[in-house]
Amino acid sequence: MTALVYLEQTDGAVDEPSLQAATMASSLGGGAEVHAIVAADTAALAPAGQLPVDAVQVAVHEAFGSYAPLAVAEAVVELAGRLGATCVVGPGTERGNEVLAHVAALLDLPLAANCVAVAVADADARVTRVRWGGSLLEEARVDAPTLLLTVQPHAVAAEPGAGDPPSVETFTPTLSEAALALRVVERVAAATGGVSLADARVVVSGGRGAGSEEGFAPIEELAELLEAAVGCSRAVTMAGWRPHTDQVGQTGTKIAPEIYIACGISGATQHMAGCKGAKRILAINADREAPILQSADYAVIGDLHEVVPAISAAIRAARSG
Amino acid sequence: MRVLVCVKRVPMTGGTIVLTDDDRAIETRHLGFTISPHEECGVEEAVRLVEANGGESVVLTLGPTEAEEQLRDAMAIGADRATHVVTDGQEWDPQATASAILEAIRADEAANGPFDLVVFGNESADAGNFQVGIRVAHALERPVATGLKALTVDGGTARCEQETAGGRDVYVLQLPAVVTVKEGLNLPRYPSVPGRLRAQRKPIETRTPERPAPRLAMARLVVPEGEGKQAEVLGEGAAAAPRVVEVLREIGVLT
Repeated sequence: MTALVYLEQTDGAVDEPSLQAATMASSLGGGAEVHAIVAADTAALAPAGQLPVDAVQVAVHEAFGSYAPLAVAEAVVELAGRLGATCVVGPGTERGNEVLAHVAALLDLPLAANCVAVAVADADARVTRVRWGGSLLEEARVDAPTLLLTVQPHAVAAEPGAGDPPSVETFTPTLSEAALALRVVERVAAATGGVSLADARVVVSGGRGAGSEEGFAPIEELAELLEAAVGCSRAVTMAGWRPHTDQVGQTGTKIAPEIYIACGISGATQHMAGCKGAKRILAINADREAPILQSADYAVIGDLHEVVPAISAAIRAARSG
Repeated sequence: MRVLVCVKRVPMTGGTIVLTDDDRAIETRHLGFTISPHEECGVEEAVRLVEANGGESVVLTLGPTEAEEQLRDAMAIGADRATHVVTDGQEWDPQATASAILEAIRADEAANGPFDLVVFGNESADAGNFQVGIRVAHALERPVATGLKALTVDGGTARCEQETAGGRDVYVLQLPAVVTVKEGLNLPRYPSVPGRLRAQRKPIETRTPERPAPRLAMARLVVPEGEGKQAEVLGEGAAAAPRVVEVLREIGVLT
């Protein structure tokens, strides 16, 4: 069998979720030949060095000067057809899922998004994929001559690939008018300042237990002392106490700090889907039975309005002493 | 302008997920239901667009009889009418879902003219397949932008802003178009009591197509094993603060 994997690149380097997708594609077994496709506006952007694939094809077109999801999908479909690929894999990122969904629509084939495992035997493909942002898994059978899937980020560890670097070739894909028209026409840089929630080493978050917009004052104070980002739960944004950009969760930001300090947050699945990447969780909660205590490493039982200012005071005392 | 917004009924799962005995669904006897979060913002956006530009907003769902609750919720916020593609409660796979939605759109457009905008959530909260909106856009031969956090309609075009790690990427689509949106696009309003009363009188058209055989066929659901953690309790109330400081120091986030 032949597998084709779509790789996303940043500044000429293959992104980690794409390396993971390539690793899963190369583990499909049966001596599968794995080809990779990258899209670039110049052949100079071909990935260099070792990759867990046999060959790399660079789809070169001026349309790829900015992100153009349908154009990428058309290039993938063209190459998959030429290779006779029986499996097309992408990273389970926002854009990987978008490109593979376009591929699925163009080919009228099923797509299994965000898979953590795949087993292919003859014409029988079985996948395990995530639901509810990872709070639930689904085992499914895919009925298709060509298996389309994306790989959930961090489901497998990326392997660099052994032996010689893959061969690299270029081709110019044929793109439709619709594909050429659907592209990013402008980039707006994010406002700078403050610690970004997604990249913060420490996140201090408040939930319904904060009680009000003003109730976040002690949380902000502790965050400042720890040079941390401030987060919140969905209940808080729905109440209008904090902007959605602060929301940690399945439909908010996914975080991966050294420690996540969750204050007055019960631990709904929606919230926990956003902080699975945290190395450690400290829950400060008045309710000893709150579900978050089953996912946390440390807990303090008590009202955050009492506990959090006490922690801030103890940090100041430790620093001045 | 005419705007269609597609929504999905999903359970409010709370703290832990419990499955039914056959492992094919979430046990929902003790759970409430809601519109999937991204789509709640889709409904609000559709209503705002029609408030600003005039026209009509229509809400559509594919789901069991009980999903009428979510259609009434959307109409309480301001959608003018609804289409309910009624299922027997079995899950439909993404291709079947997209086909049924497409048929409903074609029927509505044949009677009332094209929708300027068809709005989906970027992905449903439960199944998370990330593809129904894109499939419908392909079938309608209309452009589609996904994951929108901002949307501005000006005459015949829609400016669509998508959040990225470094800021925002902008697409400009010619209408008619399809968009998929994310929570954070707006803050959905709470339905008023008069809004709820009006919603009871708004029309719901029903359709009952056959469910095709799934090509992405769910076999069973599995609740992933937790790490079996039970938090180490550092203390109670303010007295725990010194111990917290010790822990922060041990893990190297306090200098």
